[in-house]
Amino acid sequence: MESTGVIDVGSLHRRYRGGFEAVRGVSFSVRRGELFALLGTNGAGKTSLLEVVEGLAPASSGTVRVLGRDPLRERRVVRPRIGIVLQDSGFPSDLTVTEMARMWAGTLTAPRPVGEALDMVDLGHRARVGVRQLSGGERRRLDLALALLGRPEVLFLDEPTSGLDAECRQGVWRLIRELLDTGTTVLLTTHHLEEAEELADRLTIMHRGLSVRTGTPAQVVGAQAARISFTWPTGPVPMLPVLPDGVTVERTPREVVLRTGDLQGTVSALLEWANSHNLQLHQFNARSASLQEAFLAVAESGDDQRDEESVA
Amino acid sequence: MTTRTRPEASTVRRPRGSVRRVGALARAEALLLRRNPIALLNALGTPLVGVVLLNAFPPQGDAAPLPSAGIAVTLTAFALLFTLYYNLVTTLVARREELVLKRLRSGESSDGEILLGAAAPAVAITWWQFSVGVVAGMVLVGMGVPVNPILVVAAVVLGTVVFVLLAAASTAMTRSVEMAQLSTLPVVVISMVLGGLFPVGMLPGPVQWVAQVLPLTRVVDLLWLGLTGATRDGTTAGEWAATGGIPAALLVLAAWVVAGALASRRFMRWEPRT
Repeated sequence: MESTGVIDVGSLHRRYRGGFEAVRGVSFSVRRGELFALLGTNGAGKTSLLEVVEGLAPASSGTVRVLGRDPLRERRVVRPRIGIVLQDSGFPSDLTVTEMARMWAGTLTAPRPVGEALDMVDLGHRARVGVRQLSGGERRRLDLALALLGRPEVLFLDEPTSGLDAECRQGVWRLIRELLDTGTTVLLTTHHLEEAEELADRLTIMHRGLSVRTGTPAQVVGAQAARISFTWPTGPVPMLPVLPDGVTVERTPREVVLRTGDLQGTVSALLEWANSHNLQLHQFNARSASLQEAFLAVAESGDDQRDEESVA
Repeated sequence: MTTRTRPEASTVRRPRGSVRRVGALARAEALLLRRNPIALLNALGTPLVGVVLLNAFPPQGDAAPLPSAGIAVTLTAFALLFTLYYNLVTTLVARREELVLKRLRSGESSDGEILLGAAAPAVAITWWQFSVGVVAGMVLVGMGVPVNPILVVAAVVLGTVVFVLLAAASTAMTRSVEMAQLSTLPVVVISMVLGGLFPVGMLPGPVQWVAQVLPLTRVVDLLWLGLTGATRDGTTAGEWAATGGIPAALLVLAAWVVAGALASRRFMRWEPRT
C-alpha cells in the first residue's frame, strides 16, 4: 500500500465476536496537519473504526497505518507519538487534577510540563482540585490535557466536545485550531455537524459501517440540493413557471418544497412568477444546502452505497 | 569523512521506560491508598495485631503448640490471601469500573505494566507483613535466624506472583467492588482449608493430593523449610531433598505462575461490561 498520509486506512472491516460487522470496508487517508472528521449518527461505526486506527482493537481485515506503522503490532513506537481522547474514560476519584496529570506524564516518553498541559485547556486554576469535584466539561478538558501531555503528532478525538457547553466548546475548537497550525494531525469523530463544519479540512459521513460521502465540507455539501419552500397560496393558482433543469417539486397539503442545484435561478423564476400573478408567497424560505442536509439525506436514504473515494 | 550522528535525546535522561511507567502508576496507587485511612490501617496494623494475638493465644489442642515459625508463616499466608489477593481484586475492579484501566490502555503502558503498577502497593504491604512476621518470630518465640534465606525469598516472591496473577484473572468473575467479597471466596477458602495452615495429614488421601498442588500449600512448606529447616509436620529439609520435595514444590509454584499468566491474559477484563 502506497503510504502517503499520516493516517492511511484501506478497506477496513471490523467484526465483533457476536458476528456484528460495525465497520464494513472503509478507506481514507489523512495528510499531515489536516483535521479529518468521521461524522455519523450513533451506531454508524465511528468509534469502532477509530479504535482500530488507534491500535486499541484489531481489524478483521484491511490495512491501517499511522505514521507509516501498524498501530497495533507496533504500538511501542506508535503510541509515544499519538494522543488519544476516548469517548469515555475515567479518573481514580481520589486524585487531584495535578496528581492525575503527573501520573499520566510519568507513563509518557517525552511529556510536556504538567502545568503547561493544564493551562492549554484552561484548567490551571483547578490544578489542586480533586477530579471528583470537576464538572463534566472540566473532566472533558482534563481528558484533552492528558492527550496533549505527550506532545502528540497525531491526535485522536472521539466526540471531544460532547457534554460541553457552548462556550467551552468554542474554547476547545480554538485549541484544536492552534494545534493544527503547529502541524498536529487530527482524526476526530463527532455527531455535531457544526463541529465538523467548523474544524474539518475533510470529512466522511459514515452510515451503517460504511463511508458514504467523503470530501471537503464544501464538496460534501455541494452534492446536496438547495431547498426552497413556501405555503401554497389559497384560491386558484396559475401553473408554476418553467424552472431550471433538475428542480424537483413536492407538494404537501400545506406547503410546496422545491429542491434545486441552482438556487439563484430557481428563486428568480419563482419570484418573477409570483409577482407577475400578484401572488403572495407566505413563509417563503430559501436556503442552500448545509452539512446537516447532506447528513440527513444520508441517514434518511438508508442507502448502503459507499462513495467512489471509499471504494478506490 | 562521514560520521553518523545519533539523534539527540530531547529530554533529560529519565529512568528506563518500563520502570518509569510502573513507578508512576504505583506512586498514584500508593497515594490512593494513603487517602483511604481504613485500608491503610488494615494493611499496616493487621500484622501487628496478628503477632500479639498469635503470641498471646497460641492455637491449642492440635498435635503441638504453635511451633516457632508459626507466626511468620501464618502472617505471610494471610498477607498473600487478603492483603494481596483480595485487595488487588478490589483495586483492579474499582479501577476498571472507574474506566481508569481503559484510559491507561490507551497510553504507552503495556498491560503488564498497568497490572504491576496497580499491584505494587499491595505487594509492598504484603512483604511488610511478611517481614514483621519473621522479626516477630525471631524476637518473640525464638525462631532463630532463617536457615535458608534464599528459599524463604523464593517462596514469598513466587507466592506473590501467583496471587497477583490469580487476582487479575479473578476480576473476570467480579462485576463490582462489592462482588469481590464473594468472588474471592473460592481461592481464599480453599487456600485456608488446604493451604497448609492446618496440618494436611488430618485430611483424607485424595484431598491431601489436591492440597499438595495448591500454591499456598507449597509456599507454606517452603517457608517452613527455609525458616526452620523442617516442615510443620517435622519432615526435615534433608528428608525433603531426598524425595525431590523442594524442586517439586518450586515446580508446582512455577506451574501456577504459568497458569496464572495465561488465565489473566485470557480472562482479565479491562472495561466494564456494557
